[in-house]
Amino acid sequence: MARSKEVLFNPILDNNPIALQVLGICSALAVTVSMANTLVMCAAVTAVTAFSSLFISMLRNYMPSSIRIIVQMTIIASLVIVVDQLLQAYAFAISKTLSVFVGLIITNCIVLGRAEGFAMQNPPGLSFLDGIGNGLGYSALLVTVALIREPLGAGTLMGYEILPTVNNGGWYVPNGLMLLAPSAFFIIGLLIWALRSWKREQVESADYEIADNIQYREAL
Amino acid sequence: MEYYLSLFVRAVFIDNMALTFFLGMCTFIAISKKISTAVGLGIAVVVVLGITVPVNNLIYQHLLREGALSWAGYPEADLSFLGYLSYIGVIAALVQILEMFLDKYVPALYNALGVFLPLITVNCAILGASLFMVERDYTFAESAVFGLGAGVGWMLAITALAGVREKLKYSDVPEGLRGLGITFISVGLISLCFMSFGGIDL
Repeated sequence: MARSKEVLFNPILDNNPIALQVLGICSALAVTVSMANTLVMCAAVTAVTAFSSLFISMLRNYMPSSIRIIVQMTIIASLVIVVDQLLQAYAFAISKTLSVFVGLIITNCIVLGRAEGFAMQNPPGLSFLDGIGNGLGYSALLVTVALIREPLGAGTLMGYEILPTVNNGGWYVPNGLMLLAPSAFFIIGLLIWALRSWKREQVESADYEIADNIQYREAL
Repeated sequence: MEYYLSLFVRAVFIDNMALTFFLGMCTFIAISKKISTAVGLGIAVVVVLGITVPVNNLIYQHLLREGALSWAGYPEADLSFLGYLSYIGVIAALVQILEMFLDKYVPALYNALGVFLPLITVNCAILGASLFMVERDYTFAESAVFGLGAGVGWMLAITALAGVREKLKYSDVPEGLRGLGITFISVGLISLCFMSFGGIDL
């Protein structure tokens, strides 16, 4: 029981797929302009990760290791087709704005990374929880980024106005940078800084130690 | 001719795969510590993109799109929902064939690219380029030019980032920002620079 809880909740802060494992960054950057898109994307990724881990773990003893990547990709691609068809049927507008990024869940490294790194060695139930946990860790970071980008960039959240913009007679001048690509990089960089200042064991060691500035010390 | 040239330039600079669409970010961030490995990976991406995008274009035009199967007597068949599965299959198979071919006939290149080739199957830039090809409805010639251009643009971006990171390791970065954090911020700045190409109208 303790292990299930650990597998489910560890990826959210202590072993975050984006901030520590460097997995699944592509879509994290592109879909976070609006909150609605982000939520749909998070749900899709969590579902695909959880079910692909479950199925791959069920098959893990029957897969010859030489062709395992192809088998894994086939399972993942089939799940993504299901998700894509569901989105097109029930949320066509959102599926249009997400465009290629739904398809790109196939190559989202979180899915394959968890399949290779966890599901191949663990029983199905635990792998399913691990998939959900990593999906939640991914979602936590994405929702935080979207929470910063959408209000500051467009003055709205989920389409509702929360900061009245100048164009609509309010006081807030929208920050256009937040709607552009680079802002996502800055926000994730700063989030990683914040997370690592809090959880100090995640700090990477420096390649080169910088020596103290001797002249400065002599001046004192 | 001019049209293809402008398509190429657009794919390299204005619609840069890595910096405008964030594709292939995982490998982009993970394997950009040294310029030499970054260039090796970049070349592998150019080769694979240059081959897979036109091949996927053939598959899409002649097998999957609505009405494409009329030559086989099924004019109303629409298999486009099988797209993802076929594209990723083609990519995985081609990468595998390329790896065996290089191993046998061009061992020098195989040794240089060896480690990176399997990684490329799961590089989103490769699948992304095929999906963009379908979405923008390119012809065969256009897709070949687009594939090459996208690969060159990705290679340019990863080489630039590796250059920045090689210099960066001598700098005194705040503790929590070390490694991944500062890399994200540098990529953001490089991506801002690439946005200046956006004003070019071809």
